[in-house]
Amino acid sequence: MLSETNSPKANRSAGTEVAVVGVGMTKFGELWKKSLRDIFVEASLKAIENSGVDHIDSMYVGAMSGGLFVGQEHIGAVMADYLGVAPIPATRVESACASGGAVFRQAYLEVASGQSEIVLAGGVEKMTDGADVTDALATAADQEYEVYNGITFPGLYAMIARAHMHQYKTTREQLAHVAVKNHKNGSMNPNAQFRSPVTLEQVMKATMVADPLRLLDCSPVSDGGAAVIVCSVDYAKKLKRPYVKVVASAQASDTIALHSRESLTALKCVSVAAEKAYKQAGLKPSDINFAEVHDCFTIAEIVVTEDLGFFEKGKGGAAAENGSTAIGGKIPINTSGGLKSKGHPVGATGVAQIIELYEQLTGNSGERQVKNAKYGLAQNMGGSGASCVIHILEAV
Amino acid sequence: MISPRYHREVAQRYRLEAGKCKQCGNISFPPRLVCPKCKSKTFETVQLSREGKILTFTIIRVGPDKFSKETPYVVAIIELFEGRSSNDGVRLTAQITDCDVNKVEIGSKVKLVFRKIQDEGKSGLHCYGYKAVLI
Repeated sequence: MLSETNSPKANRSAGTEVAVVGVGMTKFGELWKKSLRDIFVEASLKAIENSGVDHIDSMYVGAMSGGLFVGQEHIGAVMADYLGVAPIPATRVESACASGGAVFRQAYLEVASGQSEIVLAGGVEKMTDGADVTDALATAADQEYEVYNGITFPGLYAMIARAHMHQYKTTREQLAHVAVKNHKNGSMNPNAQFRSPVTLEQVMKATMVADPLRLLDCSPVSDGGAAVIVCSVDYAKKLKRPYVKVVASAQASDTIALHSRESLTALKCVSVAAEKAYKQAGLKPSDINFAEVHDCFTIAEIVVTEDLGFFEKGKGGAAAENGSTAIGGKIPINTSGGLKSKGHPVGATGVAQIIELYEQLTGNSGERQVKNAKYGLAQNMGGSGASCVIHILEAV
Repeated sequence: MISPRYHREVAQRYRLEAGKCKQCGNISFPPRLVCPKCKSKTFETVQLSREGKILTFTIIRVGPDKFSKETPYVVAIIELFEGRSSNDGVRLTAQITDCDVNKVEIGSKVKLVFRKIQDEGKSGLHCYGYKAVLI
């Protein structure tokens, strides 16, 4: 009989202390002139150069669906080949929109275990080559019992939004405040797809996609790549470059279909992974200074900030409205612009979140810098919340 | 929708056949090999009730290609009345059809009906299943 309890030693902190020592990403957006492999290699070369390492022991590549977007699978090998690092082990990792977070976790585990000293964790997606993006993204939901009946991804999150509005009196304006705030943050990020601020009125009047979600509640279709170099803290010290420590890595899963969940207004994969992460790091939600969260739709940011314990359940909308999540607020959320404004090349997103944490914790975020940040949290989510990966990074 | 793949789901889409766990009574729709509640692996086949209520819904204004001619249409999560106190009620996702999309509300009572859902490409199978109507 299968039990739901973990092994006693599961989820403990790993043996070797792990660091992020270099980061690199492409601009996110419609990169017509760049191929899937060029995007990945560009981001990876920047990360390698930024870190000062002279080799990597292995690499992981996050990509949700190279097969559907550009007809290319076996992406681990493709990228190792074109990065010029073959014959090192290279594996593609997939957890839908949480692929990037899952990649970073695999690299973390490999270094923590002592199996490798330096691992590249990269993510990439090429979504604008003409594939049916709505259909491809929908493969992250239950094909037979959700998608078959005509639901879309905006539709799934719209159903979460309507249930949340019904249960907690979250308002349409509060959803819009998430988009306004994230576009403002993204306007300060040179790598963001959309660097234009939007007004509350623009969000409220945007084209309706799936009631109550409008076009400006949705993250865009993007191309982009992101990569980080993960190594032991001991090795990072030798490189004499800025590094940050990984103090928690946790992952959880839930039912693939939204309708099978215990709650339609809470994401259990988020609260379960968060609890594990806080325990590993010995921290409370109030210890976290800023977070990058998976705002694929505005409602997602509201629900996730509640389920991470930053706000009381049902108060996430009010927090977005009253400035608690803005830079300078109680806990700045998505200082990078988030998926909403920075862009959402699916496989790259989770790695790009780690990059924002690294930049903030090493004091390199320019005009969007969070002052005196010691702990940053990254939350990356797959599908309508069937998978979630959370990392906490610490400044040194 | 490839034909064998469609055919495998016919018992669920045409007849609402579910798996009732012989150990804890939990109903899984579609049937599973492992009960998500008690992890037992023995089930009996039961048919779901056809009536329920809307827990949440959306109006799809921008649809996938297969459904683009049908917009706007309502998709809802429905909780069926199974009449078993030990059960939360089986939930499923379905379109709400034959209705004014602006009249649908959380809590609305609905009944499942048999309808064409989509087509297999331009010359393949018609694919059927359940939608719901307001009652």
